[in-house]
Amino acid sequence: MASVFEYAPAPESRAVVDIAPSYGLFIDGEFTEAAGGKVFKTVSPSTEEVLAEVAQASAEDIDRAVKAARKAFGKWSALPGTERAKYLFRIARIIQERSRELAVLETLDNGKPIRETRDTDLPLVAAHFFYYAGWADKLGHAGLGADPRPLGVAGQIIPWNFPLLMLAWKIAPALATGNTVVLKPAETTPLSALFFADICRQAGLPKGVVNIVTGDGGTGAALVSHPDIDKIAFTGSTAVGKAIAREIAGTDKRATLELGGKGANIVFDDAPVDQAVEGIVTGIFFNQGQVCCAGSRLLVQESVHDEVLESLKRRLSTLRVGDPLDKNTDLGAINSAEQLARITALAETGEAEGAERWSPACDLPSSGYWFAPTLFTNVTQAHTIARDEIFGPVLSVLTFRTPEEAVAKANNTQYGLSAGIWTEKGSRILAVAARLRAGVVWANTFNKFDPTSPFGGYKESGYGREGGRHGLEAYLAPSSPEGER
Amino acid sequence: MPTITPAFADVTASDSALRRFLHGLPGVDAVGLEARAGSLGTRSIKTTAKAYAIDLAISMIDLTTLEGADTPGKVRALAAKALRPDPTDRTTPATAAVCVYSDMAETAVAALAGSGVKVASVATAFPAGRASLAVKLADTRDAVAAGADEIDMVIDRGAFLAGHYLKVYEEIRAVKEAAGAARLKVIFETGELSTYDNIRRASWLGMIAGADFIKTSTGKVGVNATPANTLLMLEAVRDFRAQTGVQVGVKPAGGIRTSKDAVKFLVLVNETVGADWLDSHWFRFGASSLLNDLLMQRQKLSTGRYSGPDYVTVD
Amino acid sequence: MSTVDATRLSVFKTYKLYVGGKFPRSESGRVYEVTDSKGAWLAHAPLSSRKDARDAVVSARKAFGGWSGATAYNRGQVLYRIAEMLEGRRGQFVREVAEAEGLPKAKAAAAVDAAIDRWVWYAGWTDKIAQVVGGANPVAGPFFNLSTPEPTGVVTVLAPQDSSFLGLVSVLAPVIATGNTAVVVASERLPLPALSLGEVLATSDLPGGVVNVLSGRTAEIAAPLAAHQDVNGIDLTGADAVLAKELEIAAADSLKRVLRPHATDWRSDPGTRRLTAFLETKTVWHPTGSLGASGSSY
Repeated sequence: MASVFEYAPAPESRAVVDIAPSYGLFIDGEFTEAAGGKVFKTVSPSTEEVLAEVAQASAEDIDRAVKAARKAFGKWSALPGTERAKYLFRIARIIQERSRELAVLETLDNGKPIRETRDTDLPLVAAHFFYYAGWADKLGHAGLGADPRPLGVAGQIIPWNFPLLMLAWKIAPALATGNTVVLKPAETTPLSALFFADICRQAGLPKGVVNIVTGDGGTGAALVSHPDIDKIAFTGSTAVGKAIAREIAGTDKRATLELGGKGANIVFDDAPVDQAVEGIVTGIFFNQGQVCCAGSRLLVQESVHDEVLESLKRRLSTLRVGDPLDKNTDLGAINSAEQLARITALAETGEAEGAERWSPACDLPSSGYWFAPTLFTNVTQAHTIARDEIFGPVLSVLTFRTPEEAVAKANNTQYGLSAGIWTEKGSRILAVAARLRAGVVWANTFNKFDPTSPFGGYKESGYGREGGRHGLEAYLAPSSPEGER
Repeated sequence: MPTITPAFADVTASDSALRRFLHGLPGVDAVGLEARAGSLGTRSIKTTAKAYAIDLAISMIDLTTLEGADTPGKVRALAAKALRPDPTDRTTPATAAVCVYSDMAETAVAALAGSGVKVASVATAFPAGRASLAVKLADTRDAVAAGADEIDMVIDRGAFLAGHYLKVYEEIRAVKEAAGAARLKVIFETGELSTYDNIRRASWLGMIAGADFIKTSTGKVGVNATPANTLLMLEAVRDFRAQTGVQVGVKPAGGIRTSKDAVKFLVLVNETVGADWLDSHWFRFGASSLLNDLLMQRQKLSTGRYSGPDYVTVD
Repeated sequence: MSTVDATRLSVFKTYKLYVGGKFPRSESGRVYEVTDSKGAWLAHAPLSSRKDARDAVVSARKAFGGWSGATAYNRGQVLYRIAEMLEGRRGQFVREVAEAEGLPKAKAAAAVDAAIDRWVWYAGWTDKIAQVVGGANPVAGPFFNLSTPEPTGVVTVLAPQDSSFLGLVSVLAPVIATGNTAVVVASERLPLPALSLGEVLATSDLPGGVVNVLSGRTAEIAAPLAAHQDVNGIDLTGADAVLAKELEIAAADSLKRVLRPHATDWRSDPGTRRLTAFLETKTVWHPTGSLGASGSSY
């Protein structure tokens, strides 16, 4: 009686979230219209449905936000650490209470599966605020001098791939250390940051400590170049990261840059194969591959190439692509038409350059932005798809013969954010990990995150670390000029 | 008697060859395995899918009683329950089998004659397996003589843990021969093998020795079937078929008590080995209390209201 | 140069670059005049070209694997050896510093002593900084998670313009203590102590290429180094505000780690700032798992 076990639709309810038709800028504790009155629309990438209209902040609005943050800085930074901590604990708790609502909202605005927003994004967001809340009154014990000082006003620009989580990575350490912030969410995913503004209000956070300005790249540029910003924290593309580094040259502005990557996931012939296949899948298909630390290059030892690829293809055939709000969806929508076009173009380049393309059979919805999980085999270091960050569900498969060759190929990139190692041999893990030029190395696992664990890149993947004790450094000035920074 | 796939004749030529083969199987990362099993456990199975899964789960149950206090009356009651799990709803499928000790097999066979519900008998000095080979074979032959359709044997965990793989292999071969036409389920007692690497090795050892089913546990130790060890065994049967063309069944046993748990196991089957194993011929649940929970859920689905223990039969 | 014995003509030294463990002249064949604080001629120094800078980067890159892969204990031993070698040539450096900076003997001696002590300070840091800035992270899951500092790579160091030796050592030692390799641009006007330091480094068990010393026009040499794609970091201490900004802009193209110039009293406690400026943090995750399948249940 062998039959097919079809899963019935299991949609998460949209009723838990109430999206207003329009949103203003959150400046000095209040929602206000943009100075020029300009607005833009944010759509659901899985359906192209317009979710809301959002204000487009101009340079004038940025100035207003920075002034509000500057005004709030004096009192906020002078507040005893224990009090700042309690505000952050409040925020963490409210996020936990509203986590289902926020997960649904994030899935709507971003297109990623509810399973991920519910099980990964939101728990990590709350955990991040809890973690840094506890630091606020212990900064003198962080190894950064006895009395480290906040920098002032932080301008923070976050990407669309993990909107609320990136907000947490930026705002939690900034506030814990006594800085105030002006944060700009990505143009295509502004909603969760605007809901966060409401959480700040519910937590009773003093006005001006957190300001949320929505807009496009021009808004971000105005924030970076504003003269009264002390610190830039940016997560996004390497090209923009370089522009920011140029823009702040010769100033006293400090920067943390979390940029692109082309992570190598190295599978040795003695790997725990079934778990390695899961790790490869997590590495490149988590969040539709729109992850800066994605394991987008699979380096598999030639002797097990066929076996691993067969297992991988079989596994990809079970991925469930579709409605992001369905609790059983593994792969959701691509975030925007623009990103879809970029992924499509790079995949076409891969084919044109002679790599072999494969995707499992899967029906993609007719509206929205979709891209089937894709593998490229017969890829070499010389292929564009082995060098350029695709930022989509596209895996390039390369082979190697020896550990030396694996390390050489893994490091042969301008990036240096992440890498994976799969082997049952402990000493090989340590030897290879030591030689990989990457800020995060996952051995026999991939794409794991934790607020206590510093995250950030080598080389053109940026500089500075977010998370852990290291994440405090980016927001503190040394207590003595020659002392610890 | 099925012959060993020639591909494995060389690996069973000596204890050391067998050891080299089993230890050459890919390792298992415990955290990754458990994470995958956990992640599949978050699948949301609703409405029609749930109804399908519940009926499928019922049809896969080896309804079990393995107590020192078992009597013919108890076994007959169990057989009746297996035939008509829900007397108020004749659309409820029968279970796959009843599972009893070998001395109760005759009673079960008589009660189930002609019904299609199989009789499975544990054998080989179940559950400890601590007896001479002669005793184990006699136990097996008794069960077969009583009419058992299936034999659930236990492996010699002591021999396995001592590294005497060939001894374990030969014992399974001998029991398989004694079982004749009865299908042989080989119980590893995964809780005693302890490590996932051991479970993968035992799975292959059992399969190359001719097991028709590989089964997690006796239900008599602290840790019995878990999603992780069942997932691992599903991977083993999947890989074995890919290599040999021979399909082997899987039976998690012990500790699966709720419909929710059962559905999670079916999701594991569905997404690891697929439709070919979604059949009572290839997948079983060794359980007793699970059935009533499935029946209550089934009643809930058909009536829309929650059921209670007084509305399902206690046997 | 002063000659003590009027009957004996002293032997002048031809000052050379220190690149890849060797002492080449500038490939350009150019030299420039170095004078003391009063303008009296002291020596010719090589006027390095962009090609010298390129060669220095190649040497530094070649040395990086070995030096960063050496044990921290071994690096400490080498740095301490530098202090020992300097102690033996203390008189020479006191004279060179006094002449270059126009300091009385005692002050020059104090600066040289402080510089020697600074090597000792950083020698001790090599096997401690990882414990201070790295460590295990208590992640919420079955994983062992460890952060360790690693050297950034090849670092360009623009030595301070006014402190020819103590300042130089203060910026160079922390860079190599952590396993980076360095291309040092000596003080433009006061390059001789830096060039002489090369001679000490060559006899201190320091592998060739770990430190490469260039002399010449800071702006001319620094520009190609700031733009060089195979340089990972740049310490702008020896650049004025205008040059520093230009170099920082050039450095942005490959996202180099930049240490901006700021006023420093080289005699003060150095802290750890310069050690951490050219360190990356690498975080490695590994499952811890359970001892066995019997330990887990659902």
